[in-house]
Amino acid sequence: MTTTTPAPTTAAVRRAISSTPRPPRPGPLTAALAFGWRGMLKVKHVPEQLLDVTVTPVMFLLMFTYLFGGAIAGSTSAYLDYTLPGLLVMSVLFTTVYSGVALNTDLTKGVVDRFRSLPIWRPAPLLGSLLGDSVRYVVAGTVIIVVGVALGYRPDGGFPGAVAALALVVVFSFGLSWIFSVLGLLMRTPNAVMNAGFMAIFPLTFLSNVFVDPATLPGPLEAFVDVNPISVLATASRSLMAGEPDGAAIVVSLAVAAVLALVFIPVTTRLYRSR
Amino acid sequence: MTTGTALAIEASGLGKSFGRTRAVNGVDLAVPAGSIYGVLGPNGAGKTTTIRMLATLITPDAGSASVLGHDIVAEADAVRELVSLTGQLASVDEDLTGRENLVLLGRLLGYSRAAARDRADELLEAFDIAEAAGRLVKHYSGGMRRRLDIAASIVVTPQLMFLDEPTTGLDPRSRNQVWEIVRALVGEGTTILLCTQYLEEADQLADGIAVIDRGRVIAEGTPGHLKASVGTGSLRVRLLDPARRDEAAQVLERSVGPVVAEPEPAALSSTGVDAERAAIGVAELARAGIGLAHFSLEQPSLDEVFLALTGHAAEATDDEATTGPATPATDTLQELS
Repeated sequence: MTTTTPAPTTAAVRRAISSTPRPPRPGPLTAALAFGWRGMLKVKHVPEQLLDVTVTPVMFLLMFTYLFGGAIAGSTSAYLDYTLPGLLVMSVLFTTVYSGVALNTDLTKGVVDRFRSLPIWRPAPLLGSLLGDSVRYVVAGTVIIVVGVALGYRPDGGFPGAVAALALVVVFSFGLSWIFSVLGLLMRTPNAVMNAGFMAIFPLTFLSNVFVDPATLPGPLEAFVDVNPISVLATASRSLMAGEPDGAAIVVSLAVAAVLALVFIPVTTRLYRSR
Repeated sequence: MTTGTALAIEASGLGKSFGRTRAVNGVDLAVPAGSIYGVLGPNGAGKTTTIRMLATLITPDAGSASVLGHDIVAEADAVRELVSLTGQLASVDEDLTGRENLVLLGRLLGYSRAAARDRADELLEAFDIAEAAGRLVKHYSGGMRRRLDIAASIVVTPQLMFLDEPTTGLDPRSRNQVWEIVRALVGEGTTILLCTQYLEEADQLADGIAVIDRGRVIAEGTPGHLKASVGTGSLRVRLLDPARRDEAAQVLERSVGPVVAEPEPAALSSTGVDAERAAIGVAELARAGIGLAHFSLEQPSLDEVFLALTGHAAEATDDEATTGPATPATDTLQELS
C-alpha cells in the first residue's frame, strides 16, 4: 500500500457503531408515511416528472373543448360545463398508471432489497408510495380545474364543490392504483406496465360518460357505459361540482375504491415480498 | 451481545432453484459469532442466492438455516430485526440525497424525526460523506456509494451483517477504506458474512472461508489453509532472448517444478510456487547466463484456487443473473493484481 487514507477514521466509525441503542419498532402508519415522504422527495428532486401528469390532461381539455365541443354540445362553453368534471376523472385516472410504472422501476434497483430486509409492517412500502402518489393525483386534478376555470368554467357548487369532487376522484384513484401496482409487480419492464395500463384505462375512459351523454349511444354500448365505474365516478364528480351531490353515485364510487383496495392490497403485498 | 462459542449462522443442506437452474445445491455453513466469514466463489456460484436466503429475501426450497438462533423461514421477522444487508447493487436510493437515505432508514427503524436526523449526520461524518450529504446518490463515486451503503446498514447496529461483494468495481483506495470499516464493525462485535470473488479480500478480512462452486461448498478453512493448498502463486519470467526459452524451461523445471510456455514467445510461467523457490529459480537462470527482461511472483488468482480445488477453472455462468437485479457489467471474473 503506497497511500494511507486518514478518513474515514476507524475511531469515528467505531463511535458511530457503538452509539446506537435500538429504538422501538415503528408503527405501521409511521413506516407508511416515511415511504410517502420518500415519494415526495423524488418529486422535489425531479419536478419535471410532474410534467406528464399535467401537460397531457391540459392537452385533452383544450382539444376536446375546442375541437369537438361545438359539435357535441352546440357550443364550447356548454360542452366545458358537461365535460370538465369528467376530464378531472380522466386526468387523475391516467396518472394512476404511473404509480405502477414507478413501482416497476423501483424493483430494478438494489434499494428494494434493503426495504424488504427491514422489520417493518409489510404493506408499508406500497401503501406509502401510493400515498405519495396521491399528491401527484391532487396536482393533476388541480391543474385541470384551474385551467377549466381560466377557460370560463364556473361550477355551480363553487369552490367547495370542486374540492369535494377532487377529493372523491383522488380517493377512487388510490383504490384503482393498487391494480396498477399488481401490474407493476408482474410485468418485466416499466414500458410494458405503461402499455398494459393504458391499454386498459384508455378504452374504459372513452367508453364512459366522460365525453358524451350515453343517451346518444346504441343500446348495448349504452348499457355498458352505464355500469362502467368510471361513468359512475364522473357522474358523482359532476354532481358535486354542480352543487347537487348524487348520493348513490358517490357511495358506489367509494365502495368500488374500497373493494379494489381490499382485494389488491394483500395481492400486491404478497407479490412484493416474493418477487 | 453474543455469547462466546455460539454460531451466528448455521445452515444445512440449503438449496434453491430458479426454473431449471439449481442455483444453490445443498450449502452447509457454520459461522462463529463475532467473526468475519468469507464466502468465496466466482460469479454464478450461488453466493448471492445464499445470502438472499439467509437475509430472508427469498425462501429456500431445500434444507434449513438459522441466523442468530432464529429459523430463517419460520422466524423471518426476528431475523430481520437483527441483521442488515448490503447488496451487490448498492442498496441505497439513487434518487435521494445521502442524508435523505439515512434519515429515511432511521424513520423506518423507529427513530423519531429529530433522532433520525442526528443519527444520519453522525454517520455521514464518521463515513466521510458529510460534504456530499446533500447531493443525489446517483452522482456519488463508487467508493462514496459503498460507504453510504454500509452506513445505511448500521443506522441501527446489526448483530450480523451481510456484505455482498463490497469492493467489486472500487479503486484500491476506496477498497482500503471499505476494508477499514469492515474491520471496525467486527471490532465492535458484529458478525459479518462477506461474499467475494477476490481471494485477496477474503485473505485480508476473513477468519474463515468457505469456497463455493456450482451451488456447493467445496472447501472450508482459514485463509492460511486455503492458500497452503494452492501454493503461494505463480512465477512468471520474460527472457531477453526468446531463442533460449527451451533452455530456460529446463533450468526452471529442475528448480521450481512444471513450467508452462506462455503465448508471448519470450515468457514462461510456473504455478504453485512459493517465494523461496521462486528466488532459487530466478538465481539458477542467472547462473546459467540466461538474461531476464522481467520476472514476477503473483498471488494465486481465484482461477488457480479453483483449479487446485476442483480441477476445473472458475467459470462465470449466468445462474446469478436470475437471482435478482441485473449484475453490473464490471462484475466479470478478474485476476488478482
